[in-house]
Amino acid sequence: MATVSLPPATAGTPAPAPGAQPLRRRRRRTPLQQLGRVAWWIGCIAISFATVMPFVWTLATSLKPPGEVLGSYLSIIPDRPTLENYVAVFTDTPFASYLGNSAYLAIAGTVTNLFFGALGGYSLAKLRFRGRTSVFAVFLGSMMVPGVITMVPTFLVLRHFPLAGGNDLFGDGGFGFINTFWAVILPGAAGPFAVFFMKQFFQSLPDELGEAARIDGAGEFRIFARVYLPLAKAGLAVLGVMTLQGGWNAFLWPLIVLNDERMLTVQVALSSFVNERTTDFGPLMAGTILTSVPMLVLFLVCQRWIIEGIAHIGSK
Amino acid sequence: MTSIMDSAVRGQPAVPPTGPPAAKPPPRLLPPATTRRQQAVNGWLFIAVPVLLFIAFFAIPIVAALVLSLTDYAIIGDFEFVGLDNYTRIFGDSFFWIALRNTAYYTALYVPLGIAVALGSALLLNRDARAARIFRTLFYIPVVSSTVATASIWFWLLNPQYGVFNVVLGWFGIDGPAWLYESAWAMPAIVVMSVWAGFGANMVIFLGGLQGVPRDLYEAARIDGANAWQQFRHVTLPGISRVMFLVSTLQIIGAFQVFDQAFILTKGGPGNSTVTMVYYIFDRGFDSLEMGYASALSFVLFLIIMVFSLINARVNKVGES
Repeated sequence: MATVSLPPATAGTPAPAPGAQPLRRRRRRTPLQQLGRVAWWIGCIAISFATVMPFVWTLATSLKPPGEVLGSYLSIIPDRPTLENYVAVFTDTPFASYLGNSAYLAIAGTVTNLFFGALGGYSLAKLRFRGRTSVFAVFLGSMMVPGVITMVPTFLVLRHFPLAGGNDLFGDGGFGFINTFWAVILPGAAGPFAVFFMKQFFQSLPDELGEAARIDGAGEFRIFARVYLPLAKAGLAVLGVMTLQGGWNAFLWPLIVLNDERMLTVQVALSSFVNERTTDFGPLMAGTILTSVPMLVLFLVCQRWIIEGIAHIGSK
Repeated sequence: MTSIMDSAVRGQPAVPPTGPPAAKPPPRLLPPATTRRQQAVNGWLFIAVPVLLFIAFFAIPIVAALVLSLTDYAIIGDFEFVGLDNYTRIFGDSFFWIALRNTAYYTALYVPLGIAVALGSALLLNRDARAARIFRTLFYIPVVSSTVATASIWFWLLNPQYGVFNVVLGWFGIDGPAWLYESAWAMPAIVVMSVWAGFGANMVIFLGGLQGVPRDLYEAARIDGANAWQQFRHVTLPGISRVMFLVSTLQIIGAFQVFDQAFILTKGGPGNSTVTMVYYIFDRGFDSLEMGYASALSFVLFLIIMVFSLINARVNKVGES
């Protein structure tokens, strides 16, 4: 199946002769086509309205003083814009440290996944060894297994990890990695998806590059780091953005393994806001904006990579 | 040494390669035995961390889940094997049936609706225009937001008094329901919210698939007098069957594991109408610490998901031929 990066013109039909396009444009549309065009615009604008407006409205609410939040709840532009909701979020709760915790966990997970995913993907794509197809098949199969099945036992593996967090050699005595950032980082540090994704990427690069370097006597890690890795920047960027987003947005697992107030992620903290501040919409919306903005900005900057990375999955 | 490898690279071995006689067709490249052993060592070394983590946090947990499900393990105190007691207990557990019913209800609404909205918007945007690319970005924006942020936003949108839903319904003289505070409406509201939050990702996957459908097929169908629906039914759908299989499988696996929205917005209420399977497993395993029972529950959910994935595979195969 064609990848999405192919310009549609090359996707099958012979391209129309240059000059044919403007000619066709100039032809008058039938009323039905006109109607279709108008309907297309209306449909697209309506859907965009539905996907974007809730964020605009959230932002507007977060900038309204308490009286206005419920008083003129539909207005998009606050009469008296204020940052007091944001100030309240940062002073009433250690929100800055929640943001820091989430950033730390997301970045750590991204760095490890990029490095080990690339190294492992390179191994599966470019090195020949017995067992490589089995490793790949098992990794691929594991991605189809619902995560819920490993939820309880993974918690126990972390809790009874030998020699961690006061545990003895047999994993007893302490709490292992529970309530440490390791409990979030370790299980996802080098996911099968990262390996799979990078393997697909390295496979599209020619073998000859490495063979030439091998003849020159370069070590295998050097070939990986100096020859192939620089060529995989695009793949790393897509994987990096997706991993960063996944790490920042993770909810259930941090909720399970991190209970210490000082270690909460921004998502877990925001979820308890929803329950504690059921009528306190200003600060709640301010917290929501603070939680969403980093990923929204990242998305708007890298949106082409992200969307093409996702579409790539569909075209495989 | 270098010269042998050099010629091997070009694909014409100057001397017969070392090692076993070429019984099978010779591979494209046959490095000398030492390099091959070196490659094997490096290969395993490079993949070692993912493999070790996979063993520790996937392989061992899967086996452990099975073993745990046969015990009354509860973190504290001794535990013993109870055979299939946990599984028989499940069948008499009214909460299990409530959770299963709610999850099935969610899945039955969410999967078809999510696919329809995603495919519909993909069809809308499947054209090469600047405007289509801009709309693609706008449609995708909710995907970027976390489930928690989405829930928080919708908590506000669905507010019975001040939420935009009921305000707009009020313009038409309709007295909107209390949404998350009403057992009949809480789950549908969560479904709509989840579709809103997730359709963009599937839309983009569908777009990838749609661009692989050869355009001359449409041309041929048009010449044969096929209308828009017939073109969709007989050209588009068969053309994207693989993508449809991928998306529907992911949707089913995801839908049966719905948790975040229900946990954040309704805590399973009102009247248990939004207790989902993963919520119940979470509650048994980490609130009541009945980890043995929670493991048994997760195996049952796993089986249910497998059955539906297989049915889905069947349905998609039938559509393909």
